[in-house]
Amino acid sequence: MSVDTEVKPYQQLRRETMERDRGLREKVMSLEEAAKLVRDGDHVGIGGCTMSRTPTAMIWALIRARRKDLVVSRSITSSEGDLLFASGVSKHIITSWFTQGIVWGVSKVMRHHTEKKLARFEEWSHMSMGLRYRAGAMGIPFMPSRSMIGSDVGKRVGDSLKTMTCPFTGEEVVLLPALNPDVALIHVQRCDAYGNAQLDGLQFMDIDMAMAANKVILTTERIVSNDQIRRTPDQTRIPFFTVDAVVEAPMGCAPHECYGLYEPFFGHLDEYAEITAKDPVKGPQQYLEEYYYGPKSWPDYLAKLGMDAVLDACRRGRSVHND
Amino acid sequence: MTKHSPAASAYTASELLAVMAARLLKDGQIVFAGVGIPLLAATLAQRSHTPHLTILFEGGTIGPFIVPGELPPSTNEQRCTRRSNMVLPITDVLLLLQRGYVDVGFMGGAQIDRFGNLNSSFIGDADNPRIRLPGTGGGNDISSLTDMIVAMKHEKRRFVADVDFITSPGWMKGKASRAERGLPQGGMWRVVTDLAVMGFDEDTREMKVLALNQGVTREQVQENTGFKLLFDAHVETAEPPRADELAVLRELDPERLYTA
Repeated sequence: MSVDTEVKPYQQLRRETMERDRGLREKVMSLEEAAKLVRDGDHVGIGGCTMSRTPTAMIWALIRARRKDLVVSRSITSSEGDLLFASGVSKHIITSWFTQGIVWGVSKVMRHHTEKKLARFEEWSHMSMGLRYRAGAMGIPFMPSRSMIGSDVGKRVGDSLKTMTCPFTGEEVVLLPALNPDVALIHVQRCDAYGNAQLDGLQFMDIDMAMAANKVILTTERIVSNDQIRRTPDQTRIPFFTVDAVVEAPMGCAPHECYGLYEPFFGHLDEYAEITAKDPVKGPQQYLEEYYYGPKSWPDYLAKLGMDAVLDACRRGRSVHND
Repeated sequence: MTKHSPAASAYTASELLAVMAARLLKDGQIVFAGVGIPLLAATLAQRSHTPHLTILFEGGTIGPFIVPGELPPSTNEQRCTRRSNMVLPITDVLLLLQRGYVDVGFMGGAQIDRFGNLNSSFIGDADNPRIRLPGTGGGNDISSLTDMIVAMKHEKRRFVADVDFITSPGWMKGKASRAERGLPQGGMWRVVTDLAVMGFDEDTREMKVLALNQGVTREQVQENTGFKLLFDAHVETAEPPRADELAVLRELDPERLYTA
């Protein structure tokens, strides 16, 4: 098992949690300030899945801050994984599936980095990724499970996966090691200044990830009052004391989607797929220059995507509310 | 392929695949469907002969109805949630497989072998791959925990004696090896291609042709397969896609996103 994601001894997990400031306090800051909470070499869990609720704005800020050697984990990794590799921010992504999306073919950028051994794509089954975060959220060192048995996916992760005979039934089960990210990046539709977060639509693995992580950076479409949160506490999915930073980042998943608000920017994603397929080295560099390093600010990045594209994504996104 | 069949020009290979796959689903089943042809075939079945079919998507939806013309780019976007009964976290929808609520898992595959093992991870040696593929996603979980239908193009390079890497386990090395390796439940049930429908011998667990698509010969299927196929004692000829089935598919996918 790689040292960076080894199961944390329980005493350490508890001590690190006790040391965090868990009081009810305001923690609103800028993307640039939040990026400083991530250290080189950290294990960073990324919320959302494929092209949905990807915390793009925070990833954008980390790439601009030139973070290095991050070990990244995510349920399913899309175009953001290409950019984490191509920018040099990460050389190791732990995930169940890695490519922009089936309709665009296999990612040439992922292929370039993994086939040339410039970076590592550590593959676990999707349920196993989820159960690893869940074990982390539960404060237990592992979770027994019944997939990844017998297959080469299980074999390839080597000693990271153990099997045991169930002491109750005598059956063989696999043991999945807990994942407790140093930092989780999660984008939500709304939260208050303390970090009480409400999610609409698909939750993916975000709640377990927030509970498992040692720090959570929330980006949000909008910051609402604590009174508004208290009107619908049943909608709150992430409690404030797990959260270390709240950043208001409207359209913060673009060009990916945020449930009920905007769908993926398909035209932009087609262009991205085209330039990266043409040249898996220069393509993503050109993209990073134009959309990541070049813009002055997050609104400036959105302006580059274009008002037409933003409005089109929003029109489609809101269509889930139609009867 | 199907170019010799009289009506071949009337539909694409992907449409044929989707129709043949949809016909294998039964009313009332709970189906865990992957993106692409499986999603389309399950939706076609739901809109034709299996109105009480419940589709599960990996993103966490229970019982959605895909809106025609709004196919999702994966099983994890909001388009997968339309008119569903419930949305769950990913981990919990996958755990429904482990708990045993799912009748059939339904996905595509890059490479399959004679025992129905699937590879979607590496072409060539895993340490020095010629092609790094996107990986398992939920494929390993689905195929480890429930009965499987796979829909894929029938090509020699995809139908190989032994896959380079077992991403999603079928019958492993045949006979009882799957159960002996710790997977007592599920297994590969049907493989649907643009040429034929195949199952697996009850004893040896080798791939066996059950039905040929119209205009397709045994020789053609064998020529496009990288290992020796078994043929059932009563190989049937499948009815070609009907106009009503094709109409539903084309309404669902007018831009031919999945059926080009």
